[in-house]
Amino acid sequence: MDTAPIPKSPPPGGTTFNLTDYDAAVRDFSWAAARARLDGLPGGRGLNIAHEAVDRHASGPRAGHVALRCVAKDGTRTELTYADLQAETNRFANLLGVLGVGKGDRVFSLLGRMPELYIAALGTLKNTSVFSPLFSAFGPEPIRDRLRMGDAKALVTTRELYERRIAPIRASLPGLEHVLIVGDATADGTTGLAGAMAGSSPEFDIPATGPEDMALLHFTSGTTGKPKGAVHVHQAVVAHHATSAFALDLQPDDVFWCTADPGWVTGTSYGIIAPLTHGLTMISDAGDFEAKRWYQMLADERVSVWYTAPTAIRMLMRYGPELAAGYDLSALRFIASVGEPLNPEAVVWGQQALGLPIHDNWWQTETGAIMISNFAAMEIRPGSMGRPLPGVTAGLLEQGKDGRARVSDGKVTEVTRAGAEGELALRPGWPSMFRGYLHAGDRYAEAFADGWYLSGDIARRDEDGYYWFIARADDVIKSAGHLIGPFEVESVLMEHPAVAQAGVIGKPDPVAGELVKAFVELKPGHEPSEELRRDIIAFGRRRLAALAPKEVEFDQHLPLTQSGKVMRRLLKARELGLETGDTSTLGSTP
Amino acid sequence: MNIQQATEAIEEVLGQVAPDADLTALSPDADLRDSLELDSLDFLSFIEGLSKRVGERIDEDDYQKLATLASASAFIAGRG
Repeated sequence: MDTAPIPKSPPPGGTTFNLTDYDAAVRDFSWAAARARLDGLPGGRGLNIAHEAVDRHASGPRAGHVALRCVAKDGTRTELTYADLQAETNRFANLLGVLGVGKGDRVFSLLGRMPELYIAALGTLKNTSVFSPLFSAFGPEPIRDRLRMGDAKALVTTRELYERRIAPIRASLPGLEHVLIVGDATADGTTGLAGAMAGSSPEFDIPATGPEDMALLHFTSGTTGKPKGAVHVHQAVVAHHATSAFALDLQPDDVFWCTADPGWVTGTSYGIIAPLTHGLTMISDAGDFEAKRWYQMLADERVSVWYTAPTAIRMLMRYGPELAAGYDLSALRFIASVGEPLNPEAVVWGQQALGLPIHDNWWQTETGAIMISNFAAMEIRPGSMGRPLPGVTAGLLEQGKDGRARVSDGKVTEVTRAGAEGELALRPGWPSMFRGYLHAGDRYAEAFADGWYLSGDIARRDEDGYYWFIARADDVIKSAGHLIGPFEVESVLMEHPAVAQAGVIGKPDPVAGELVKAFVELKPGHEPSEELRRDIIAFGRRRLAALAPKEVEFDQHLPLTQSGKVMRRLLKARELGLETGDTSTLGSTP
Repeated sequence: MNIQQATEAIEEVLGQVAPDADLTALSPDADLRDSLELDSLDFLSFIEGLSKRVGERIDEDDYQKLATLASASAFIAGRG
């Protein structure tokens, strides 16, 4: 779809955007200057994310400003000022110390969006332990894999999630020494968080923290193998702060709502850390998407900056602009979106229904922060992800036969012609770049070539430097803003007693971008039936929950490579009704 | 459609979307999304399946009436 560019004008009423002139911002930017906008630990003791997010505001004039307002499913609101948040995160850090959880030890969360999640995250960082959030809608298999791979020493969860997801697998996690339950302990081997926090001191001095000390562990998925734990360090906060100023235009008086769950990287980088570094008020809603609830939230909380996902926007679009018109959205001044490419219709719909265009941006778990973005003061070309952030060098690399950047003799070739496609790549050096995949040095090395980080996304760049997403170069599925590895899903399906082989693809979907669809080949002695199909779907949902296939189709002749691997690209071609010989256009997002 | 037929229709569609769900343990007033662990895409499939099953489109404005088994049954039965 060819949609007219959306021009921009200065903001009303004497206010100003953080980035007013893109070219000047790119020219004048340095990461050293961005670092200087943060405080650092007192006494030159280093750089700690939690100090920049919490303590530096709590010890200044913003101590009484609301840092976090959590809305529970039933609408109950809990507010924490920066001073409150400091005391609570101090208590949590002290508690970890008492439990013997120290520097570098991994603390996981399996929590819905509630105050304890934010307290655990920031308290863990204060203690110089490593925080790793899990999406609470993961099934037991994805949870076990991640806790094991991440060497989880402590886990914070709720009673309900513990009983449903952890108790059945606890025996297989010998390294998990402490399970903290929100409220009171309910089972053997768990500790009640409420009591433990109450007995813990609200005073805590963050120990010396090196900028390269490990801070966060985020799991992500590739085409092959188990999920990968991307390691991020404390100085990532420099990028969180700078990119959220540029791409989200965050300012201290904003009320900011990031709808992403902290179980995914967006929900941590921009749902916990970045907004707090600006000293603003952050909103968190425990409820799931519901159009009226969301509009009500925007109106009641007087949200000024909103960061959401294409799937949510497309769901709102189903209701038409009339529903939005019934709510007072006058506080809203900036909207951004991430997760999968935002279609031009959605950008334009924002203007019609919400009175504001929607600013798409692009980044990945590995990049830790927004890398390419549309900006408040820069013309939007609907359908484009925008231009690289100041401080970020992006490029396109010529592709080889497998669709990935072609590397010969260790060298890649940059695509320079406007409009030509290539693998989107970044020059390392920004502070939030991942520093490794935990326990998988080889997979980390494979992510780089000739001085570039290779994103796995195919894009083109127009004559003015705007980037346009084309497709994934691999088989990873992007569904409702979540990255899903087909291998992880296939492995579980193959444990079903009737399944011999499975191939999992992303099926294009008008709302979610892609849906997880599985093709399964049955073992001899099993016949395709509606009952069996449902049984396999049920099996997937019980084991994988949020990652489970929404559709299962029987195929007694799954296409295999010579080495016996299912050819997912061929399955996808069939699904799209393409000639199976031509897979060149696969993966285009609708 | 009476209430019982409506309930059966709803359970049938839920069984398609979330065949792992134990519908016998479902309390009529429990939130369907929470108790059956339906994500927003599942809930959308549920609505689409239900529209097909009852033979008419369910308006977006009415989605909230489908929150529980009891409210959904009353809503579907009331539509004729």
